[in-house]
Amino acid sequence: MGEATLPDGWVGDFDLYDPAYLDEPSSVWRAMREGCPVARSSRRGGAVLPVRHADIAAVARDTATFSSRALEATGPVPRPGNELRMPPITSDPPRHAGERKVLLPLFNRAAVAALEPGTREAAAALVDQVAGRPTVDAADAFARHIPIATIAAMLDLADDDVAQFSTWIVQFLKEGPRDQGARLAAIASITGYFTELVRGQRPVGGGGVVAELLRRRDEESLTEDQIVGMCFLLLVAGIDTTWSAIGSSLWHLAAHPDDRRRLAAEPELLPTAVEELIRVYAPITIARVANAPAEVGGCPVAAGERVLLPWAAANRDPAVFTDPDLVVLDRARNPHLAFGLGIHRCLGSGLARMEIRVALEEWLRRIPEFELDPDRPVTWTGGNVRGPESLWLQIPGSAP
Amino acid sequence: MRLTVDPGLCQGHNRCTAVAPDLFDIDDEGYATAIGDVPAGSGELAQLAVDNCPEQAITLHRDA
Ligand code: HEM
Ligand code: SF4
Repeated sequence: MGEATLPDGWVGDFDLYDPAYLDEPSSVWRAMREGCPVARSSRRGGAVLPVRHADIAAVARDTATFSSRALEATGPVPRPGNELRMPPITSDPPRHAGERKVLLPLFNRAAVAALEPGTREAAAALVDQVAGRPTVDAADAFARHIPIATIAAMLDLADDDVAQFSTWIVQFLKEGPRDQGARLAAIASITGYFTELVRGQRPVGGGGVVAELLRRRDEESLTEDQIVGMCFLLLVAGIDTTWSAIGSSLWHLAAHPDDRRRLAAEPELLPTAVEELIRVYAPITIARVANAPAEVGGCPVAAGERVLLPWAAANRDPAVFTDPDLVVLDRARNPHLAFGLGIHRCLGSGLARMEIRVALEEWLRRIPEFELDPDRPVTWTGGNVRGPESLWLQIPGSAP
Repeated sequence: MRLTVDPGLCQGHNRCTAVAPDLFDIDDEGYATAIGDVPAGSGELAQLAVDNCPEQAITLHRDA
């Protein structure tokens, strides 16, 4: 927990990719809360940045003023009509509710429970590969693959397609942010693949989201583009979010041996511990675009301006959480906003919780002892999703 | 004591059933309803559910 300091010029022209902010955003949020709780910037497309729980919640709830039409944290704000549409996350009322309703039953508790054994099998197999090595990049060799395996199962992709599918996703989510060409090529491949599934030109299992959306195509009057868009959203919303949460949790446990030992010894703490880790390391910063002149935390926002919602900042607000910067594995009162608030509340929150719990459970069962590799410090992704880009761990007792 | 969920506020975070599974029903779409009268001895659990709902959708009526 660094000292509460602001990078030079932060309040009037912050940079979301400032190295200090990437490394430890919570000290920036703390300093802002004590001084000016809303910062603004003209960089990277411009944005307004609130950090108080009350201000972030107010923006999320005011869907009439703050549109979800463009959610990217940086880059030019697209003109209305030019956005990449991924219903329901990019939709506003009144269109949003119906689109969300189509997907809700696919994410209910029964659906999540049905996916758990497959996620556990994938996690256990990955831990088996890792357990013998003295050092490992746990982001690359473990965390990343868990949500990919889970989403492939959720879509019920043919076994033969899963390896190719994983390669495209890693290209899209890992190389994409730095390499526009790789990103566009991956989007084209994935969209083409989903289109073939929807047209029946390629086999897909009957138990997954693709088959279910096809079955309900007529009653919900879904177009081919909508089904492909919804499948694509599962990748965009469900993969790097979850791998970042798993990676941050492992990073925390590697850096805090007391918490690691306690969780390894008391796995029954896992459900509350998962909520707490995701409160403190909530990976998502999402954006809204003001439809009209408005106010955020007392600061004016112009029509067309972007407002950022750093959910982790809300989760660290001492007005709502006692000892907000402390990880308390059995914290009883924890109404955190890691999965957002209001009508866009994460549809995959139950699925993500299951994946994180199962991943940590399988890892700790086999690898209760591990620590950060001092020679290869962690690097963090920034922008919309914060998590360890690489996470080198040492596993004592493994054959060198 | 009575426990209620405001259907206009509930967004299906399912934090309530996670902390107090016996006090809530969850429908197929993930939305919660409370069982109503809180059994003797479950008051603290009911309060915990209230405290964990991010939407502040749950109310515990202590005099009802
Ligand atoms: C730890 C992992 C995850 C985190 C932290 C997370 C976070 C979020 C947040 C903050 C939102 C709200 C966005 C907004 O207000 O604009 C959201 C929405 C959404 N998430 Fe997640 N998410 C995670 C995992 C998943 C998974 C696994 C899936 C699905 C496979 C998923 C699917 C969605 C969808 C479809 C929405 C849009 C809901 C709507 O607009 O009605 N998420 N997520
Ligand atoms: S925790 Fe709150 S929002 Fe979530 S299901 Fe329960 S009542 Fe609804």
